[in-house]
Amino acid sequence: MILEVILVFVMLVAAIAAGIFKDLLNAIIATGFVSFLAAILFYFLQAPDVAMAEASIGAALTVAIFIIAIKKTKRFEEDEEGS
Amino acid sequence: MEFIQNYLYYIASFGLILIGLYIILIKRNLIKMIIGLSIMDTGVNILLISMGYLSGGTAPIFSRENLLPSRMVDPVPQALVLTAIVIGVAIIALALSLAIVLYRHYGTLNIRKIRGLRW
Amino acid sequence: MRKAVSFILVVIIAIGIGFSLQEVPFGKTKSEVRKYYLEKGIEQTGATNIVTSVVVSYRGFDTLGEVTVLFIAAIGLSAVLYRKEERLKKEVRKSSLILYTGCRFLFPLIILFGAYIFIHGHLTPGGGFQGGAVIASAFLLTMLGCWRWGGINRNRFKITESLSGLIFVVVGLLGLLYGGYFLLNYLPKGMPNELFSAGIIPIIYIAIGFKVGSEITGIIDNMTRSG
Repeated sequence: MILEVILVFVMLVAAIAAGIFKDLLNAIIATGFVSFLAAILFYFLQAPDVAMAEASIGAALTVAIFIIAIKKTKRFEEDEEGS
Repeated sequence: MEFIQNYLYYIASFGLILIGLYIILIKRNLIKMIIGLSIMDTGVNILLISMGYLSGGTAPIFSRENLLPSRMVDPVPQALVLTAIVIGVAIIALALSLAIVLYRHYGTLNIRKIRGLRW
Repeated sequence: MRKAVSFILVVIIAIGIGFSLQEVPFGKTKSEVRKYYLEKGIEQTGATNIVTSVVVSYRGFDTLGEVTVLFIAAIGLSAVLYRKEERLKKEVRKSSLILYTGCRFLFPLIILFGAYIFIHGHLTPGGGFQGGAVIASAFLLTMLGCWRWGGINRNRFKITESLSGLIFVVVGLLGLLYGGYFLLNYLPKGMPNELFSAGIIPIIYIAIGFKVGSEITGIIDNMTRSG
């Protein structure tokens, strides 16, 4: 019970951090971390098939596809002028 | 304590959906918006699985001989979420390839400056 | 200004969700379909993994739709990233000897693990999609570490992907021929908890495993090469 509360809290903090980082590589790693914690939560909800799918597809392949995409475009988010 | 125990997974899934929605509304970089889309996708999957949970239940696999089928969680949302995860990665790949082509054409990824549809 | 309006909108949505969540209890399911699938699952399909029998046998048509969506996404991606003139081939960075040996050693082990996952899909947690993703990550490892192999052979992956999709549809259509409906389970069901049981479910999962693995490898190769 305590473990699940801690995992949910860390997952929400990682999701907020993925929106705040300016370096896109850090934001991608935070997204992979959210997927990885979601896979552990799927195991606590008694769903091993879905946990395996989320761990292999969300935490590995999505991060790889994002990193290839930022290699072909820019890596840093530019500064915002105005509102 | 009772409140947290009942609503923990709902708070997790709706928190992720709202954070993803906020990132899509605020940010201006195209790849950051796609990151928000991916976070929303994960939140929706957690919500669907937590709808089928039974208190004190086990996984729906008959690995041993005598397992009661009345103590197992619902297998139908798990089948739907399995499909949804794979479709999610296909959509992210297609969206990122469109972002690569946009960068090739315009030289920037700021959505304020990509104005091909305006007259 | 924009930030304030968006924040107020998100807070309003959160309050609305909070009110509507009072009605839904957590941990009590009232679904009648769940009792039917759990009680009659083994004797009607023969697979002990009920999620597999729901995905392939009871709702097999949705799986066919999902395989089609993956196919359309892969084709659309390859069409969008098309370039007419070929750029000069960039110099390949050589990886060190330790990395090259390690990748060459791990590659057959990861493929063996992925094949184990989708062959035993009807007995243990796993199945076609998970096994296919593991196989795709094995090929991603060779793209990163084994520079002497010179990338993957594209034609072989295209032929594998098309053939696996065709096998899935043909097996389903044979069920239509044998009387009844599409994806009828016509092979003998056997004893539960054995490898050769549950009719056509292992055949369909093997086809899906090959298809998803080669498709995602093709997607990653397309994104790496062009542009």
